[in-house]
Amino acid sequence: MSATEAPASPVSPADERTTTGPGRRWGGLSETALRNLALVGVLVVLVIIGAVTRPDLYGDPVRVRDNVFTILEQASVIGVVTVGMTFVIIGGGIDLSVGAIVALAGVWCTTVATQSYGTFGMIFTALTVGLCVGLVNGGLISYGRLVPFIATLAMMVAARGLAASISGKQTQVSENRTINAIASTDVLGIPLLVVILAVVVAAGWVLLNRTTFGRRTVAVGGNREAARLAGINVTRHTMLLYALSGLCCGIAAIMLTSLSTSAQAGAANLYELDAIAAAIIGGTLLSGGRGSIIGSLLGVLVFSTITNLFAINNLATEVQNMVKGGIIVAAVLVQQVRFKSLTTIFART
Amino acid sequence: MTQNRLNLPRRRLLFGGAAVGAGALLAACTSNEKEPTSAQTKGPEAGGNANANAGRQVTIGFSAPAADHGWIAAITNNAKAQAGTFSDVTLKQVEAGADAAAQRAALDTLIAEKPDIIVMLPHDGKELNASGLKAMQAGIPVVNLDRAFPDALAYRLQIKGDNYGMGVAAGTYIGNQLKNKGVSTPVIGEIAGIDSLELTQERSAGFKAALATFGFTVANRRAAEFTADSGQREAANLLQALPKLDALWNHDDDQGIGVLAAINRANRTEFFMVGGAGSKKAIEDIQADNTVLKATVTYSPSMASSAISLARLIAQGRGLADLVELQVPKEIILASETITKDNAGDYLKLGF
Repeated sequence: MSATEAPASPVSPADERTTTGPGRRWGGLSETALRNLALVGVLVVLVIIGAVTRPDLYGDPVRVRDNVFTILEQASVIGVVTVGMTFVIIGGGIDLSVGAIVALAGVWCTTVATQSYGTFGMIFTALTVGLCVGLVNGGLISYGRLVPFIATLAMMVAARGLAASISGKQTQVSENRTINAIASTDVLGIPLLVVILAVVVAAGWVLLNRTTFGRRTVAVGGNREAARLAGINVTRHTMLLYALSGLCCGIAAIMLTSLSTSAQAGAANLYELDAIAAAIIGGTLLSGGRGSIIGSLLGVLVFSTITNLFAINNLATEVQNMVKGGIIVAAVLVQQVRFKSLTTIFART
Repeated sequence: MTQNRLNLPRRRLLFGGAAVGAGALLAACTSNEKEPTSAQTKGPEAGGNANANAGRQVTIGFSAPAADHGWIAAITNNAKAQAGTFSDVTLKQVEAGADAAAQRAALDTLIAEKPDIIVMLPHDGKELNASGLKAMQAGIPVVNLDRAFPDALAYRLQIKGDNYGMGVAAGTYIGNQLKNKGVSTPVIGEIAGIDSLELTQERSAGFKAALATFGFTVANRRAAEFTADSGQREAANLLQALPKLDALWNHDDDQGIGVLAAINRANRTEFFMVGGAGSKKAIEDIQADNTVLKATVTYSPSMASSAISLARLIAQGRGLADLVELQVPKEIILASETITKDNAGDYLKLGF
């Protein structure tokens, strides 16, 4: 039985969480597409600001290409984490432990012992650690009935603690040339990290929009009870969502280890907030039931572009953080102004 | 469907077996044994003075925060190793816990045990001032390591590094190098540590002041978080901002690993870089001379070893052999030294 057959949610039909299909149409475009278009608009504005403030940089095609790739590379690690996070949030949960999982998987895969197993050993370790921690999160939340916020908060603290104890609080340098080369390899002129991000995003998009797994995720997040009545194994599905998030963190850990040729317990600091913020401004509903992988990707790119914009103009980090906070608030406020009410406004004139 | 059900136990066994196998393999992978970095100690035999002779048995209480940074780890390791070189010293270490309140509680326990002297690296000098005072009033001298107490009554000896001096050392080295090269209007970048910390502000102030004496300024300053990945992020963006760079100062050698990765990724070699703190890897890189890293300015955790040595002398009522005074001075501020290819060999043993 497919999740799309789930009975209508008992909540008011105006509530967006019931919109499990392509969404309301407006001007021939779905609501999600409109949201994404708005984010693309924000990106264009940011690039224009960059071009106006640094004409020397944006006047040279080679430097523009280098800068764009830098922005994308910086977005790649957090982008992969955000894909997993988007699934968890759509499924009605939250994962505060992603940064800690990235740090733990990174530390675990760069210990002297793991490095002695070579490239495959390191990749296997990072993925397995990510997956296992995700499964523990999922198990605690679905079978242990812990609130996701509490379970993953506990994991955030515990995983960083474990990472610190494994690493002995030292920065572990990766001596593996293949791993280190991931971040410095180009595939057809495109950085490999960006290709990995593209693959993960594409896989995430297919998983969310073209498989029963994705449909179930939306159903579970939209209305848990209705999903259960429709025959979905909600408990197991919830656990799988956290495992997926953990796996994404494992992939991100390899990418981050390659990027900084090292790992440490303090790495990937506050990634959970970046990933949640990116998903939210990308149009994913924090209460679950709706979300967009493309939107999340655009959200990550907006933040990465802002960081770059502040760097190329030598503006202080504290201002940058204030702007980021402002953007999150603005995005959520815009979400409150429903497109539906916009149509009524336009219809009146 | 029936087929599936029949297969289920076998599938479970398979997954279960795989999980146990993966678990065993992963558990083996936490091992981090490598050749131990020799701690930064100076045993009594190296002194060659009267202070080397064993004195009366003393117990030194020690407390430092359990922070996620190589430098703090080196502080604790050094203190333990240095205490181990003395036959007349017993080190009693207490865990400082996660924050100032936890350290205060740990110090209360320590004070109650009445050691001869306490060496502590406080979470925050201001917040633990009261604990210092309490110990001093209980007749236990306090050696404050690196994070000063505002109240002079709260400590017997203050030994610390010089953050402003670190910036000055980096600025002076960069200024001199560029002057020798004949660069009149250089482009200088700076990658700082956590910007909200006072020590970062002091380092940047010293750097700015030293560059100003040459008539130079910082073209772009980014603040990272003392971690390699944050260093990589800030450096990658900074390199985009400055297409041509003459010199770069990175405040911390741990985050410098990421900074160097970003520089290699961008294929940039037109400038030289100066590090900070003096990690073992940075000193090795400087000695090998195959990266843009040409120097680093120290903020050495060896101060923990010195603090233990001085604490022993204070507890035994002895002074420093080369000084006229009969007691150890009240304040010692370490000079920030500049490590280059020429003297890297001497400093390798002090790297952490």
